[in-house]
Amino acid sequence: MLQLFNGISVSSILLLIALGLAITFGLMKVINMAHGELIMIGAYTAYVVQNLFAAYLPDAAFGWYFALAIPASFAVAFAFGLVLEMGLIRFLYGRPLDSLLATWGVGLVLQQIARSLFGAPNVGVTSPEWLNGGITAFGGAVFPYKRLFIIGLVLVCLFVMYLYIYRSHSGRRMRAVMQNREMAACLGISTRSVDAVTFAIGSGIAGIAGCALTLIGPIGPSIGTYYIVDAFMVVVLGGVGKLVGTVFGALGIGLSNTLFEYWTTASLGKVLVFLCIVAFLQWKPMGLVAMRSRSLDN
Amino acid sequence: MLAVQQLEAGYGESVILRQVTLQVRPGQVVCLLGRNGVGKTTLMKSIMGVLKAHKGTVSYKGTDLTKRAPGERAKKGIGYVPQGREIFPQLTVFENILLGLEASKEKKRAIPESAIAKFPVLPTMYGRRGGDLSGGQQQQLAFARALASEPDLLLLDEPCEGIQPSIVDDIRDVIRSIKADGKTSILLAEQSLEFVKSVGDYFYILEKGSIAWEGGLSDLNEEVIRHFLTV
Repeated sequence: MLQLFNGISVSSILLLIALGLAITFGLMKVINMAHGELIMIGAYTAYVVQNLFAAYLPDAAFGWYFALAIPASFAVAFAFGLVLEMGLIRFLYGRPLDSLLATWGVGLVLQQIARSLFGAPNVGVTSPEWLNGGITAFGGAVFPYKRLFIIGLVLVCLFVMYLYIYRSHSGRRMRAVMQNREMAACLGISTRSVDAVTFAIGSGIAGIAGCALTLIGPIGPSIGTYYIVDAFMVVVLGGVGKLVGTVFGALGIGLSNTLFEYWTTASLGKVLVFLCIVAFLQWKPMGLVAMRSRSLDN
Repeated sequence: MLAVQQLEAGYGESVILRQVTLQVRPGQVVCLLGRNGVGKTTLMKSIMGVLKAHKGTVSYKGTDLTKRAPGERAKKGIGYVPQGREIFPQLTVFENILLGLEASKEKKRAIPESAIAKFPVLPTMYGRRGGDLSGGQQQQLAFARALASEPDLLLLDEPCEGIQPSIVDDIRDVIRSIKADGKTSILLAEQSLEFVKSVGDYFYILEKGSIAWEGGLSDLNEEVIRHFLTV
């Protein structure tokens, strides 16, 4: 029971960090190595919001800083993503190797900026009071509120993303551009602004993920590099281009990771998970949820 | 209405079209003929703006569009049914048609009746993905998508390519009814001589990227056909 909860908890964190990448990599096919740094930006935004609350507002209000930190992280990472797209990514569409190197460079620059601004050591973010503690279930297992909160946050993010991508007018434009850029342009859609906004949204969600990570542990300038591999793994395993696939990818990796770690040791568990992923992708190279269509057969 | 002047265009360095001049007048169905590889699709793409013109101009209703992006041309009232149909495969039929509204002049939210009335089969398939439709159904969908913005000029690039005869007849009827309404002019690139003769008002024949012949239906005689079109 507890293992299952832990697995779902790990999955929810994986999903949160991979959701943004599901958009920038999954939909836009941009290999954005700076995705981890966008997560870091979100985390440091939460840190700054916390410090501002501590400095300028009465103690009673401090507990609520986190409610503001989430939208703030989204907004800051969104703005960074927008600038990154308009200043760099725009010129690198269809050139995966170049964009890989360029965004990796951007990631290094952002890490160094963070180091200069906040210092190299990790900083801690004090979780708000109302997220401490947990529910004690039968059998004495404790479900911490923080973990439950992250699971809830992921569900909300997923739901909002689903509404935006599949139910809104801008989402429809976005999918049209990602599927057939030339034709979308011929119908009167401004592909430039759709690209910029889509990339920025993916970045913004990375920011939310960073904000959530502050609940789990201290944050540092290189926090993103811990998560970037996992994020790509989730998107590739799930099947590039499908939101549902990303969900299953995260669940698959999260649950198997927890179980393998429970049965063996932490590092051996990780190795086993990666072996499983490699084997699985040999068997189904398109990932868990592959797109199938008459017009994609060629 | 549409005036192409001395157009030169191509892919990158290679020049496909040279000195192409043609006109489409309001309410006319103008047909573009020619053997494979003479530049019919290239001309369509340059008129829509997908390919940039190297030289010459494309103007529409008196506005010079040569430097404008495809989206702006669409908003000026040019609808495009490309070769190969270019349906969005993962979007539903309904969403595909809704995207046609992006170019309409007023911000409309509903698909105009006139766009789908001619394709009664489409509303029965609204929930299916565009990519799952057959070629003929996709062609009808591409027509409905282009008509959704109620364009004044429709560019049709080989609409009958690879489509079963009964749907070719349907498409012929659609082109005729658009012509009968008189609100939309059509520029039609097509291989089938029999098809264009049944709908066209004026004809241009392309050869090696230039206009080799032009004239009305009565001028399109056996000799012209043998000289320019027989393989």
